[in-house]
Amino acid sequence: MSSVLLWAPLAFGLLGLFLPRRAAGPWAVLGTVVTLGVAIAIAVGFDNGTSSLQYAVDEPWISGLGVDYSLGVDGLNLFLILLTAVLWVGGVAFAAFREQRNAKTFYFLMLVAETATLGSFLAQDLLLFVLFFDLMLVPFYFLFGAWGIDRSAEGGTTAAAATLKMIVYTLIGSLLMLVAAIATGIIAADGGQLTFSIAALREQGLSHGSQQWIFWFFAAAFLVKMPAFLLHGWMPDAYRAAPLPALAVFSGVLAKVGAYGFLRVVLPLFPDATVEFQEVILLVALASILYGSVMAFTQTNVRLIAGYSSVAQLGFITAGIFALRADGSDGAVLQMVNHGLVVAPIFVIVALLVERTGSEDIREMGGLALRAPVLAALFLIVALATLAMPGSANFVGEFYILNGLFQAKIVFAFVAISGVAMSAYYALRLYQGAMHNRPASAQNQGLLSREIGFRDGLVLVPLVLCIIGLALYPQLILERTAPTVEQTVAKVRGGEAPEAQLASMSLEEKAEVESGALEIVP
Amino acid sequence: MNFNEPHIDYAGISPLIALTVGLCVVLLSGVFKPTKRWAPGLTTITLGATAGLLIWQWDDPKPLITGALRLDDLAISISLIAILTAAFCVALSLRERATEEAGSGEYHSLLLGSVLGMVLLAQATNLVTFFVALETLSIPLYILCATNLRREGSLESGLKYLIVGSIGSATLLYGMAFLYGGTGATNFGGIADGIARNGLDGDPLILIGIAMAAVGLAFKTSIAPFHQWTPDVYQGAPTPITAFMAVATKAAAFAVFLRFFDVALGSQLDDWQPALAALAAISILVGNVGALGQDSLKRLLGYSGVAQAGYMLGGVVVLSESGTSSLVFYLAAYAFMNLAAFSVIVARERETVFGDDIRAVRGLGAERPLLAWPLTISMLALAGLPATAGFIGKLYLIEALVEGDYTWLAVFIAVGTMISLAYYLRVVAAMWMRPETEAAPGARPVIAGASPEADPVDPEAGSRWYIAGPALLASAATVFFGVIPQPLVEFASHAGAALFS
Repeated sequence: MSSVLLWAPLAFGLLGLFLPRRAAGPWAVLGTVVTLGVAIAIAVGFDNGTSSLQYAVDEPWISGLGVDYSLGVDGLNLFLILLTAVLWVGGVAFAAFREQRNAKTFYFLMLVAETATLGSFLAQDLLLFVLFFDLMLVPFYFLFGAWGIDRSAEGGTTAAAATLKMIVYTLIGSLLMLVAAIATGIIAADGGQLTFSIAALREQGLSHGSQQWIFWFFAAAFLVKMPAFLLHGWMPDAYRAAPLPALAVFSGVLAKVGAYGFLRVVLPLFPDATVEFQEVILLVALASILYGSVMAFTQTNVRLIAGYSSVAQLGFITAGIFALRADGSDGAVLQMVNHGLVVAPIFVIVALLVERTGSEDIREMGGLALRAPVLAALFLIVALATLAMPGSANFVGEFYILNGLFQAKIVFAFVAISGVAMSAYYALRLYQGAMHNRPASAQNQGLLSREIGFRDGLVLVPLVLCIIGLALYPQLILERTAPTVEQTVAKVRGGEAPEAQLASMSLEEKAEVESGALEIVP
Repeated sequence: MNFNEPHIDYAGISPLIALTVGLCVVLLSGVFKPTKRWAPGLTTITLGATAGLLIWQWDDPKPLITGALRLDDLAISISLIAILTAAFCVALSLRERATEEAGSGEYHSLLLGSVLGMVLLAQATNLVTFFVALETLSIPLYILCATNLRREGSLESGLKYLIVGSIGSATLLYGMAFLYGGTGATNFGGIADGIARNGLDGDPLILIGIAMAAVGLAFKTSIAPFHQWTPDVYQGAPTPITAFMAVATKAAAFAVFLRFFDVALGSQLDDWQPALAALAAISILVGNVGALGQDSLKRLLGYSGVAQAGYMLGGVVVLSESGTSSLVFYLAAYAFMNLAAFSVIVARERETVFGDDIRAVRGLGAERPLLAWPLTISMLALAGLPATAGFIGKLYLIEALVEGDYTWLAVFIAVGTMISLAYYLRVVAAMWMRPETEAAPGARPVIAGASPEADPVDPEAGSRWYIAGPALLASAATVFFGVIPQPLVEFASHAGAALFS
């Protein structure tokens, strides 16, 4: 099942190359929908009482090098897989409703990107993870570079230059990660049977000294991908250059792979180093929150507002993970899904706004709400979710994160709270600037303002429904992720998974545990 | 007096016999007008027969000619890489101007001569066969580089290669003299024994010998700082020959590098290991930085070859079974990656007026996807991106390096790879992200009296089977072995086991 999920998009992509040009778009949509179907089937059959891997596949791939083709689903990646499948349907469908240059290659690359992203979520072998992590970049390099927007006329960079910057930044991290991953396997094997299986490596453990340098090689890769403050240099140019359907999935999913990597790889394999460098990473996370927020409410380009807000949100997620408590990481996983679900619609809306106003500058937008009330309503829901309005799943996610952070590092928590306030400002500024106010320039007035079309609604409405659905029932995610997250965090805190304790508890006690009121002492 | 007939293992030397016979036949075929056209075909048959005979000897290691040669899986795998490259070179040489100018028979027999040298070199276990093989390999190449008789660059390239190559050979020979002087043996095994017997451990005589031998081999494998000839020679030589030189010479020289340093000088590991590691690091740095500013694709691949040789030298440095296997794997992957790139360059050289300039591939993605994809795959693979053989090769090398306690060199490879992205991706960007250059491909320059040399030879070159075929084949192999590397890994681990068990 995992294999079907992984390779379905690629198979559709390859077949699509042999179809006539006009069929490429619908075919690609079909491919993503089928993938989503498989992902939903996996989620339905998921057993949420256990922290062990489900739908596991484990075959030797390169036996001489100890690399296995090993996939699996657990609480950490289940919803990220669903998120990937959902957003790809949205992104590809949105693109399919429009004319694309060189369409067959475009959809092929989009589907390759989906396979690579799903692969990095599913992989349970360290080298396989690194492979997919690097592979994700290749299709986006072409998508951003060849279908991107040349900004050299406005004093920016060409699309090719922007993507080169992006790929060099991200690969700096991932190549070092490749070395670090191999070193992890070899040091852990210590002359014995070489394996890169994450589960086996978790059992073997590494010496403290090795963990220290390997931790940073991995952290660098993940922090660049997010991007975190100081390592975000590639982000503004790349976000300005990217074609919007590709950017929606890129921003919605790829940034999460970094955060997911911390949970999947760093915490279980390098627990000593994680504890040792907890505060350094928390500082980076806080800096990301503050810097991202401040930048988000000073930028005027709508893409960059969304981009910098992502920096801030991922700072939150990182902070939640590095609270090193179950509730913080629970919140982080929930928030990864939430953020993916809000940022992708934002980029879709941005694309619609750009089509209507012909500008990406928020100062030249405005006044749309009257003429396009449905679009405005959808945007309002998304914006309110972005600022973590109480009642939204984002609120629950941020609450969990802050709850974890408060109990772990109270000082950091106080600073992080300011990020919540700032997110309200930039989200509302974006919404008001685009929807309310009066159109800034006369020639824009009324000319292109129109309601969202049926086909774009078909893309946007399901995404917004997902946001609402999660807002109503965040337990959907939390109860499935909790066992795995607790086991992951327990490893760092030097104890065994509190599953046994959980299993013996009554329902009320479980609820208390989940809300953080009762703590399990390992 | 009794005369003992020496035992001759005809099966073992059959590949050499096949090559020699083929060489003579091809040379003769060039003499007669009706048979002239057969030269490429006969060359291919010779190469095929040799490859078949080599595969027949697979997994049956044995010394040949009283221990002067050793036919084992390392030798066979390297020879197969060289033969494959030569076969590609034959296909790409069809309708090449150099072939016609030098004479088809001569051109192809020189090529076979060089292959003969490589097959010998991969088996050499004696200083004499080592040197003779190296010269057999090199001398035909000096001439082949200059076969584009009416182009100044080609002649310059041949002469430059001759002079620099001779310096390399002379240095190597001088180094061998020291080793022979110290140990009294020419056999690799005898040298190792001699060092132990005469108490020459760490003796200056031996160290000088090792250093000079390493320098000589560094010239041949174009390892910095002995690489200066590489970009110039690569650029000037006819492109099919450049492709052959870039891949096959490197493979054969690395084979003897491994054998010589393992069998003869293994006991001096502590002395040469750090020095070779430093050479590898310098090579990675110099090659990658040098390639950054290149507009000529052949020069770019030349510098990239310097950097790649640095990566591969890592496999020699660790002197282990996995090091050797990873090196052979990387050489095979390198062959596919480079051959795909050179095939496309050959096509564009004949189609456009830009020669091997990067402008020749601008806009190729939209206009000629069947040419653009092989070059794209080749560049991504050389940069070590996943789902290509290049990634698995790097993974293999890094694993060997970390195992051999050379993690810093592994990090160096990673750093070098980052730098390399800037120029590999520049080529990719030129194909996919830039509009086509003003002068349409095939359009002739509007210069009155322009020499016919500057004109495109064949505006349809990229669609011809003998160019598009190799390009697609090599790039398909690059991707195939990136996704299903197991067969190639087994092939390479056989080679590693040959030297270390």
